[in-house]
Amino acid sequence: MYRYDEFDARIVSERVAQFRGQVNRRLSGELLEDEFKPLRLQNGVYLQLHAYMLRVAIPYGQLNGRQLRRLAVIARDYDRGYGHFTTRQNIQFNWVALKDIPDVLESLAEVEMHAIQTSGNCIRNTTSDHFAGAAKDEIMDPRPWCEIIRQWSTFHPEFAFLPRKFKIAVTGAEHDRAAIRVHDIGLHMRQRGDVVGFEVHVGGGQGRTPHLAALVSEFVPETELLDYLEAIMRVYNRFGRRDNKYKARIKILVSELGADEFRRLVREEYAAQREHEKIALPPEEIARIHAYFAPPELTPVSGSDAAFEALKAEDKEFARWARINLHPHKVDGHVSVTISLKPIGGVAGDATDAQMMTVAHLAETYAYDDIRVSHAQNLVLPHVALKDLPDIYRELKAAGIATANESLITDMIVCPGLDYCNLANARSIPVGQAVQQVFADPDYQEDIGRLHINISGCINACGHHHVGHIGILGVDRKGEEFYQITLGGRADEKAAIGDIAGPGLKADDVPGALKRVVDTYRDLRTDKSELFIEMLARLGHEPFKEALYAAD
Amino acid sequence: MPLIKHGAEIDDIWAYVPDEADLSPGGCITVSLARFRSERDILLARNTDIGVRLAPEDDPHELEDFLDRLQLIEISFPKYTDGRGYSQAQLLRRRFNYAGELRAVGHVLRDQIFYMNRSGFDAYETARADLHQVLEALNEYTEVYQPAAAGQVPVFRKRHKG
Repeated sequence: MYRYDEFDARIVSERVAQFRGQVNRRLSGELLEDEFKPLRLQNGVYLQLHAYMLRVAIPYGQLNGRQLRRLAVIARDYDRGYGHFTTRQNIQFNWVALKDIPDVLESLAEVEMHAIQTSGNCIRNTTSDHFAGAAKDEIMDPRPWCEIIRQWSTFHPEFAFLPRKFKIAVTGAEHDRAAIRVHDIGLHMRQRGDVVGFEVHVGGGQGRTPHLAALVSEFVPETELLDYLEAIMRVYNRFGRRDNKYKARIKILVSELGADEFRRLVREEYAAQREHEKIALPPEEIARIHAYFAPPELTPVSGSDAAFEALKAEDKEFARWARINLHPHKVDGHVSVTISLKPIGGVAGDATDAQMMTVAHLAETYAYDDIRVSHAQNLVLPHVALKDLPDIYRELKAAGIATANESLITDMIVCPGLDYCNLANARSIPVGQAVQQVFADPDYQEDIGRLHINISGCINACGHHHVGHIGILGVDRKGEEFYQITLGGRADEKAAIGDIAGPGLKADDVPGALKRVVDTYRDLRTDKSELFIEMLARLGHEPFKEALYAAD
Repeated sequence: MPLIKHGAEIDDIWAYVPDEADLSPGGCITVSLARFRSERDILLARNTDIGVRLAPEDDPHELEDFLDRLQLIEISFPKYTDGRGYSQAQLLRRRFNYAGELRAVGHVLRDQIFYMNRSGFDAYETARADLHQVLEALNEYTEVYQPAAAGQVPVFRKRHKG
C-alpha cells in the first residue's frame, strides 16, 4: 500500500496545525459558526443531531494493521467504543468532542491518516474495488491511480468550493464492484494495445434525482487522465448550478445540457489547455506510486488445503462461512475474506474497538497487513491462504464478526438515519434490523442467494436505496414514518435505478412485505442459479408489486 | 476597506464605478464586464488606468484580447462558498498570461486566501482578515500536490529532481 514520504507527511501535519487554529478561532468566537462550517466540513467534521461527527478518510478503502489499531484507540478514547464504516469506504466517529478533534487528527497523522476532504463541496475520498489487487477477474489494479487522484485532488486550489460535493470511483475489473455508474466521475480502466487508459463516465449519482452516468470518453490514456479530469472539473465549477443545492450536482448539469453538449464543453476545455497548463506527471512518479502497490509474494498452491477441508467437513457453520464469505483470488490456494459487519440485529457497518483490534491482528498475522473497507460497509482481508482460514475464522467468531452473509439479503447497506443524522426523515437502523430478523435463518438466506437490500432514511440516499435490488426509502408523512420500496436497482456494470413499487409502507409492515416478495421469487425462479435481480428483468415487476401489497 | 498586496497593506487608488454612475474624468477606475463591453472604446481611449470587475458568472474569455490594456482585474466573491472565481483566475493567469493585478473582492476570508493565492490572485480586499492573518494563511502549507497559477513546484516534481 502507499506510504507517505516526507512531503505527504508534511502536508498532513500542516493540516493538523491549520485545523487546530481554525478550531481555536471557532471556540474563541472569532469565527462565526457559518464561516467555520465549510472549514470543518472540508475536514470531515459534521454537526449531527447529538454531537459533532468526525469522518476519517480511508483512501480507496485500504488500511494496514497499525492504522486500524489507531482507529480502535480513537474509538475507545474519544468515542463510545465503536466506529462506523461508510459507503465511501471511510470511518465515522459519532461522539467526538470538537475540542478533541485536533488531537485526534494529530494521532491519525502519526499513522499516515487524515480527514481531509471527507465532506464539503470538494473532491471527496476516491473509492474503488475492495478486492483491488486480489480479485481473480481483475484486469488492472486501480489503486495506484486512486492514489494519484488522491494527491492531485488534495487541496486543489481551483476545486475547493465546487457547487456541490464530488465523488470519483475507479475500477479495474470487468465486474464493477465500485458502483462507478452512480458516481460524479466513474473511471473504468481499459487497455488499448500497450496503452492503459480509462473509460470516463460522468454525471451519475443518487440523491433525490438519481442518474446513471453518461459515457463522456471511451478512452483517455493514463498519461492524460489528470488533465482530462481538470477539464471536467473546470466545466463543472464554472457552469454547475449554484442557485439550488438540490440541483447543484454535476448529474444535473449533464442532464440539463445533455450528454452531447457536456461532452463538447469538456472537449473544448481540454483542447484549449496549453502546454504549460498540462500536469505532465513524470513517468518516474507514476512508477514510484505503482511500486507501492506491488502484489504480495504469494506462493501458488494447487488444489485445496487439508486442514481447511477437514474443518469444513466437521463444522457446518465454518463450511457455510467459507461458501459465502470468500472471494476468488488471482493466486491459486488463496482467497479474499469478507468480514461481515452485518450481524443479525446489529448496526450495519459498526465495529467495536476490540473487533478492530482483532482484524488488525489477523491482517498482521495472516494477511500481509492489508485490510479493506468495502462500500457495502464490511471489512476485507484481500490476501489469505486457504490453510490459514480455520485460525482466522476462530478468531473472527470469538470476536463476533464471523457472520456468513456477504452479499446475501441480510448484508444490507444502511445509512445512520434518524438515530444520528439531522438530515434524515425516518429511522433506518431499526427497520434494517427488523428486516434482518425475518431473513435471519442461515439456510433461508443462503437459499435466497445474492440479493442486495439498501436502506436510506431520507431522499439524500446515503444508503444507496436507488441501486439496491430492493431499495427502502424512509419518508416522513405528517410526522409518521413511511417506507417506499423500489425494485430492480443495481450498482454493478449493469447499473440501474430501481422503480418505485407503489405507496409507502409503515415500518412494521416492511419485513412481512419483503418476505412475500422474496418468497414469490423463490416460487417463480427457474432454479437457484437465477438471481432475484435477473428474475425481475425476466418477469417484470408486477408479480412482486402484487406480493408487496398483498394482505397477509 | 483594507487592501493587502504582495505581503503588505497598501492604499487603494482604485475606485469601482457602478453601472448606473457616470465615469469620473480622472483616476483609476474599474467597471463591470457589461460596461466594459458596451463602453470599451471610450474606456480604452481614456488617459487613465482601467480595470474590470468580474462577477462569478462572467466569462474571462471576453477579456482575452484586452489584457495588455488592463491594469487591474477584480474577481468578486459575493459569497465565499461560490468558487467560480478560482477558475476565472486560473484562466486569466495561466491560459491568457494576464500579468496585471488580480484582486479578490467581496466576501474574502482568511481561510480562502491560500487557495486564492495559488489560483493567481495577488491582492485581497478584505475587512475580515488583518495583514498578520493573511500572511499566516499564505504560509500554512509549504508543499503542494498540483501545479496552479502561482507556480509553486508540486511535490511530484520535487520528488524526482536530480
